[in-house]
Amino acid sequence: MKSKKTESSTSWLYSPSPESTAHISLRESYDLYINGKWEKPISGKYFDSINPANEKHLAKIAHADQADIDKAVKAARKAYDTAWSKLSGSERAKYIYRIARIMQERARELAVIESLDGGKPIRESRDIDIPLACNHFFYYAGWADKLEYAFPTRKVEALGVAGQIIPWNFPLLMAAWKIAPALATGNTVVLKPAETTSLTALKLAEIIHDAGLPPGVVNIVTGFGDTGAAIVNHPDINKIAFTGSTNVGKIIQKAIAGTSKKATLELGGKSANIIFDDAPIDQAVEGIVNGIFFNQGHVCCAGSRLYVQESVAEKVIQKLKDRIQTLYVGDPLDKNTDIGAINSKEQLQTIDKYIKIGIKEGAEIYQPACNLPKKGFYCPPTLFTNVAQSNLIVQEEIFGPVLTVQTFRTVDEVIQKANNTPFGLAAGVWTDKGSRIFNLTTKLRAGVVWANTYNKFDPSSPFGGYKESGFGREGGVHGLSAYVKLS
Amino acid sequence: MRTDKEKPVSPSEIIAKSPQIDKVGVEERVARFQTRSIKNESKMQGLKMALSMIDLTTLEGKDTPGKVMQMCYKAAHLHDQFPDLPTVAAVCVYPSMVKIAHEALIGSNIQIASVATAFPSGQSTLEIKLNDTKFAVDQGATEIDMVISRGKFLSGEYNFVFDEICAVKEACGKARLKVILETGELVTLENVRKASDLAIHAGADFIKTSTGKIQPAATMQITYVMLMAIKDHFNATGKMVGMKPAGGISTAKLALHNLVMVNEILGPKWLDNQWFRFGASSLANDILMQILKTDTGLYQSADYFTID
Repeated sequence: MKSKKTESSTSWLYSPSPESTAHISLRESYDLYINGKWEKPISGKYFDSINPANEKHLAKIAHADQADIDKAVKAARKAYDTAWSKLSGSERAKYIYRIARIMQERARELAVIESLDGGKPIRESRDIDIPLACNHFFYYAGWADKLEYAFPTRKVEALGVAGQIIPWNFPLLMAAWKIAPALATGNTVVLKPAETTSLTALKLAEIIHDAGLPPGVVNIVTGFGDTGAAIVNHPDINKIAFTGSTNVGKIIQKAIAGTSKKATLELGGKSANIIFDDAPIDQAVEGIVNGIFFNQGHVCCAGSRLYVQESVAEKVIQKLKDRIQTLYVGDPLDKNTDIGAINSKEQLQTIDKYIKIGIKEGAEIYQPACNLPKKGFYCPPTLFTNVAQSNLIVQEEIFGPVLTVQTFRTVDEVIQKANNTPFGLAAGVWTDKGSRIFNLTTKLRAGVVWANTYNKFDPSSPFGGYKESGFGREGGVHGLSAYVKLS
Repeated sequence: MRTDKEKPVSPSEIIAKSPQIDKVGVEERVARFQTRSIKNESKMQGLKMALSMIDLTTLEGKDTPGKVMQMCYKAAHLHDQFPDLPTVAAVCVYPSMVKIAHEALIGSNIQIASVATAFPSGQSTLEIKLNDTKFAVDQGATEIDMVISRGKFLSGEYNFVFDEICAVKEACGKARLKVILETGELVTLENVRKASDLAIHAGADFIKTSTGKIQPAATMQITYVMLMAIKDHFNATGKMVGMKPAGGISTAKLALHNLVMVNEILGPKWLDNQWFRFGASSLANDILMQILKTDTGLYQSADYFTID
């Protein structure tokens, strides 16, 4: 007597489950949001925004030049002098709460556009990016009328006009990280999103408009590196906040040297994720996957250098390979996709370049078998074992789904190796010993150290780097201090 | 011929090798399975698969031959109005009802599972447990669901627990053995993992979460930990062990989430009622309701599904 077999014993593939795009509204072309109005770029130049998942055209975006930036800064200055700096903290808070609430109402649309424009899986934009972005506005709205408690015994003043330049990996979330604390502390803003991911910032401009902010308090200008340079070099800007590559960070620092501009820079990283032999191994493997493959590895704090204690290395690497095999790579809008599209062709070329370097350096590569879509920019999750600190792929930021795996023997050794990098943004520690966690958090030179988890963010928690990963903190009370003058 | 990996290990060595488990991490992992979106053909395939994996169960003091016979008929005729539905995998009854079930199911492929070993508490002597097991097998049970001695486990007597499972396994003869850990009484995920490892090494054909008498029963977190124990054992030895979550899985949605988890942890080989079962009494009708809804686009009321 043998029980009946079902047809299912071969395989069970999930049918496509794409998130609908019917409910979103995108214009054919987007102008610059300056002084509460949509203004055409003075040069008349536009560029195309495409969907990296299928290379289809999404919208035309205005390319702002120096003259446009000048207009935006003038509007921001006027708004600062005549409107925003005259408002009490609680009045500013009302506007910021309003932005947060409208974002929540339009969360579904924002999530779909974020995935369309940037290539990240809808699961992440829906469950992580958009809710976190809303929370940042809620959180800093709460601080707007409590600044005297954030800095007791000090007099708190706004800086003036903040020029903000954000990257393409978390477009709306980074806009929220920048705009929310600036507004809460009474500054006005000129913000430039990255050229490959302008759309949600432009949707945010619509939301800010609907929230009824006084004209010029927030200006959103789109464009390329030259647009960013025009912001950095504008003489009437008081503060530069930049998130992006270390190279551009260095250029910015040179450009503002000798001026009175304040700056916070959140730059690259090559963060260590450290697995001790007493760690909860299966959960650590999840943490490794989440650490490096979250958002296709386009995360400045990605746990891209894995250190595994030798006594468990074989087991961890095997489990990691097994796990990677079950990741779904493909259409970002499919609700079952774990790894979406690489943000741009240029970035895919950069990642491919590093993968070739890794192979040439003699590292052992592992990529799971997966059917990548024919169109669009995709990279399978990639492991490199048999590497050392001296490998280029261990030293340089790849900003893609590529993980290097090294082994270590002792605690001292792994601390030395983890710190042996020009960067210092984040680190992860996996162990069952509480005392060991505290020992490592004091010795790792990184802005964030996660214990038995990775890539967790919260508006109340400060984020920022050591060394070439930048300076200044965003999030929490610390995030306020980047936008105030204390006396 | 024994390979090195198969050399006998003591229960304390087995326990020592059980990994640490981080509850927060397990919760996060399980939440990911629950966000999988199962639509259209894959949903229909999953629902039919789930139906075919059910151990239709009645384990009550008030069970009678009449009740058991009616349930057995239902097991073989889930919803005859809808073509090509599978039957459930097995019925699960007390030893005293095995004979009734056996007679009622002659000519079908449905297995007869019986709880034995002083179910549900297991508070009896080994001799009585073995006799209980042998009686059920003699009456026609093809699968035995035993309970472990949780009191002994919690007081650290792992040898006792291990030896008891070995003895019951021997008493089962050709019947397949499911070992119920009663995870609600083991409380921590680490204990669940240790008990899983003990049961697997002692010869369990299946490991099973619960009796259904204690809450919490088959949570996704607990099933996850047990599936990982099965996976690690398979990777180390190449031997498959089955899994049976029981108690608390009463909706099609939860059943699909469980199947997603099996699919992504153990792979398609386990998506078969030889290796995966649901212990449930009310799950079948909810799945039937979903199958008919997928087909017709309309939800029928509960009165359109039989309740044997």
